[in-house]
Amino acid sequence: MTAVSSTLLTPRLTAVVAHNWKLAIAVAVVVSAISMAGLPAAVSFWVVGAAAALVAAAFTVNAYRRHYFGALLVAPAIAVLFVMNIFPLLWSLGLSFFAYQANQQTIRFVGLGNYVRILTNDLAAHATWGALINTAMFVVFTVSAQMIVGFLLAILFAKQFPLRKYLLILVLTPMMLSVVASGVFFTYYYDPTFGILSYVINSISGNQFILMSNKVGAVAGIVFADAWMWSPFVMLLVLAGLVSVPKYLYEAAAIDRISSWRQFWMITFPYIRGLLMLALLFRTIEAFKLADLVILLTKGGNDTLTISYHLIRIANEQNKTSEGAAISYLMLFMVIVLTNLYLYLANRRTKGA
Amino acid sequence: MAESILGKLGFGRASGVDKAGWGRTLAVAVVAFIYFLPVLFIIFTAFKPQGDALLVPPTLSPTSLFGLIPDHFVFKPTLENFGSVFSRSMTPDGAPEATGFDRYFFNSIFIASASVLLALVIGTLAAFGFSRYPLKGNDTYLFIILTTRMLPAIVVIIPVILMFRVVGLSGSYLGIIMLYTAFNLAFTIWMMKSFFDELSPDVEDAARIDGSSGMRVFFKICLPQVIAGLAATFVFGLILTWNEFLFALLLSGPDTRTVPVAMNQAVSSGGRGTDWTLLAAIETLFLVPVFLVTFFLQNHLLRGVTFGTVKR
Repeated sequence: MTAVSSTLLTPRLTAVVAHNWKLAIAVAVVVSAISMAGLPAAVSFWVVGAAAALVAAAFTVNAYRRHYFGALLVAPAIAVLFVMNIFPLLWSLGLSFFAYQANQQTIRFVGLGNYVRILTNDLAAHATWGALINTAMFVVFTVSAQMIVGFLLAILFAKQFPLRKYLLILVLTPMMLSVVASGVFFTYYYDPTFGILSYVINSISGNQFILMSNKVGAVAGIVFADAWMWSPFVMLLVLAGLVSVPKYLYEAAAIDRISSWRQFWMITFPYIRGLLMLALLFRTIEAFKLADLVILLTKGGNDTLTISYHLIRIANEQNKTSEGAAISYLMLFMVIVLTNLYLYLANRRTKGA
Repeated sequence: MAESILGKLGFGRASGVDKAGWGRTLAVAVVAFIYFLPVLFIIFTAFKPQGDALLVPPTLSPTSLFGLIPDHFVFKPTLENFGSVFSRSMTPDGAPEATGFDRYFFNSIFIASASVLLALVIGTLAAFGFSRYPLKGNDTYLFIILTTRMLPAIVVIIPVILMFRVVGLSGSYLGIIMLYTAFNLAFTIWMMKSFFDELSPDVEDAARIDGSSGMRVFFKICLPQVIAGLAATFVFGLILTWNEFLFALLLSGPDTRTVPVAMNQAVSSGGRGTDWTLLAAIETLFLVPVFLVTFFLQNHLLRGVTFGTVKR
């Protein structure tokens, strides 16, 4: 674009200039190797970190001088994600090919053994598939309940009326509660002897009512609690879309006497589609990980074990670390397929429009 | 074309928020009140005398509302429970001891705000990069970032515990703040990117032609238009981080313990079952900061200038 970027040649390896990233990498590799060989782990970590920072600095200067703004802006986020997420994820991917338990010292390579076990072994596979089917059920029920309730709430709040601000915060509060507290209080609401729900139904029907006594009741209880907590999330995203629709579009539609149904699909929907997609995406991912409410409300009883809770049991309570890692990669595979399907559909819609 | 001309005249800012009267207020109030009831019950429980928590039928109101509510539904409000959050006797007849909850509240506030703000700064820059200067394989990067959000926390946590132990970060503020920052990044980047994508390039291009640098365009033109997005992302990130339990349980030390972890220990220790009034008191106090932040950022959330001035 400018004269600078076209004349900026790649420096020779030995040239000590700020944007010589090749030299920085060479120095970093040598320093890291020496420190890892000769220093204790805690010290050498920081030395390696400093070497990585040196490389990063060289890359930064290089990118800045060459006007690679995209890479510059994205780099810090990628760096944090790499250290805190991607590196641990790769680590546990590696673990899933070994027989390893967190409370033992031995480690043995078993290849795909863990995956074969969780998918075909009589006992383990039965639990895995049961938990997966339950999870699929929870994903469908909780996400659709949240989308519907959240959407309806957003429509209620989409106009400017007196005290709107104060009423909105009331609806947002369930989302702000700690799951520990609200989950424990839901066990109280559903409790057959002390709970409000049983009290009300008992006094109407005269029979002892126990919500959690069968699968339908247990699932309904969990879905209700989850939908109650997270519908406001969907509502906020939809609302942000709804209030952003320019008024003149509606005015034009009114002049053309377009029916309100068509108005919704032609004007409103395109504005909220992106945010609706985002809400759907993040809620589906979270629903796949549903565990805390199940732990608090049913402890997996009445056939409500989800894959995420199954995983916590295996990895944490039974200490089968590598088998847990295998299950979680099975989960990841499914979520990736699902989200790709969502994104594919969303992109096709955008291009078609 | 017609749209962009209207936009330049300033009409784009007139959003589709219609006015409605008190009738609407009444209808929404009924819905909002029903939605809020379970929370209200928790807050009321925090004010109940200890023996009242498990009465059947439950007591529902601190006042009889001039005789509207029958006496057996009314409880005498007390502030005792809030006192015992910070200091109570741990044994049946021991003297009151400090519970350390003041420290836990500070930890929660410090860790949550530091990590959410850090994620907001780093994530907004990245989102702008992804939106305006697409890299080769942009979508792949974005998808990998999203996958970091897909795995259950328990999977990441085993390697992270080992890593932190080696490095000496376990139980430190820095470790848990960095971890939370990473977990907020995925959402921040996706959210802010969707806001930047909605901005019109027209105004920016005009500014660039007039000789504004990339930095100036970002700070003076793009950022002011996505304030609502920043506020929304901040609120979501804060709420998620504020209530995060699993990482905090496994990675915080005695000095960096956050309230959800301490709350779980406080109500389930002693083997006497759940201490309902204490749990309610902790939760009520714990709700206040995040409630206030959300309340004050609400104006930004709903001002109706959420998206760009000119629609593509």
